[in-house]
Amino acid sequence: MTRLTTPLSSDIIGKLEAGEQVRLSGVIFTARDAAHKKLVETYRAGGKLPVDLEGQIIYYVGPCPPKPGKVIGSAGPTTSGRMDPYTPLLIRQLGLKGMIGKGNRSPEVVEAIKEKGAVYFLALGGAGALLAQRIKKAEIVAYEELGPEAIYRLEVEDFPLIVGIDSRGQNAYLMGKARYSK
Amino acid sequence: MRNIRVRDIINAVERLCVEACTTLHGDWWEAVEEAISREESPLGKDILKLLQENARLAASTGEAICQDTGMAVVFVELGQEVHIEGGSLYDAINEGIRRGYVKGYLRKSVVNDPLIRRNTGDNTPAVIHVDIVPGSNLRITVAPKGGGSENCSGLKMLRPADGREGVIRYVLEVVEAAGANPCPPITVGVGLGGNFEMAAILAKKALLRPLGQRHPEAHIAELETEILERINSTGIGPQGLGGRITALDVHIETYPTHITSLPVAVNIQCHATRHAEAFL
Ligand code: SF4
Repeated sequence: MTRLTTPLSSDIIGKLEAGEQVRLSGVIFTARDAAHKKLVETYRAGGKLPVDLEGQIIYYVGPCPPKPGKVIGSAGPTTSGRMDPYTPLLIRQLGLKGMIGKGNRSPEVVEAIKEKGAVYFLALGGAGALLAQRIKKAEIVAYEELGPEAIYRLEVEDFPLIVGIDSRGQNAYLMGKARYSK
Repeated sequence: MRNIRVRDIINAVERLCVEACTTLHGDWWEAVEEAISREESPLGKDILKLLQENARLAASTGEAICQDTGMAVVFVELGQEVHIEGGSLYDAINEGIRRGYVKGYLRKSVVNDPLIRRNTGDNTPAVIHVDIVPGSNLRITVAPKGGGSENCSGLKMLRPADGREGVIRYVLEVVEAAGANPCPPITVGVGLGGNFEMAAILAKKALLRPLGQRHPEAHIAELETEILERINSTGIGPQGLGGRITALDVHIETYPTHITSLPVAVNIQCHATRHAEAFL
């Protein structure tokens, strides 16, 4: 099992293969539909972004509220496809290096991944209790007014992931399905 | 006539929300255990084991199995000799949902209007289906349904001439289009017959049947088995990453239909087959 620690260098990302299981430790940021929309609108209007995404990883998640004394509630991935219209800009203009979500991506996102040597990881859809347990710290860094859709900075430990689309554009969904379809 | 107090309904619904979101039933554990033994993909096997670990953790910590704790679908079987005392049945159910989701730290995922889209803040209203049945009992089933799998569902008015093969083809079409999005291994609920809205409700009800249980009528049971085999030949596999186990089961419910119609509705359920019920 490959163990990874953030920030991920281009060198390390280049070695990842679609379909490979990894365990990620370090810092990641959360953002989903509303936060993506705001980031892109702010960038287009020439405004200052509330977080620097250069070299960073975004996790598409909208967690349950934390119980008293807990860091975060159930926190599995949401469908990544909804972020596809925004993602190429985040990768090309804002320097985003990695994404974590579930489900396939658009051809435009795959192009941007290949061009910039980024990577798309899959987290287990519907395994929110397990994933929450591997999140050791969570703090809001932007867009608090969006509630569960605010941007959080998370510290994760041994976060179980699968390489979904590697930096060469190889796709774990397509490869896996082709191997087992009768 | 038997009186049932709304207070008891509220309490029951509150408890059912939390139970449904944190605990999976015995049939799920058996189905997944069996799936692990049949899965050929090593990654697929690992994924199924992680889903078991997740479910174990949820049950022991009270954390939600999945963060999308859904829109609450509530099925009620109301005995015709029951009198609801102290308020409206619908209000009582929604109050129970409100308390369950707020006190249970479950995610609120309901917006007030399909276009304005402001979060209602307490996961109400629920989608409530009431059947009047003989007797003096009240049976309530709470089935939270996440968006990822619900959005992959479909309905088609087939021609009678499309027949059995047409039904199979349509179910497979919906499952193929869904791919990884509904967090496979899925359960497929099929509503066959009736009319437009009846087919959809049957498809949802079909998801409440325990995994592994076949339809009582032989020709429908056979159809379930055949569709399940064909779905599991697609190769979609656990989480859509390739493998034998795309679906844990296929459940079909039927109803008589019009001479010109063959409605088929497909409701997709993710691996988190969440529902809990109470008898009052
Ligand atoms: S499809 Fe089901 S398991 Fe997957 S994220 Fe949605 S509710 Fe959770």
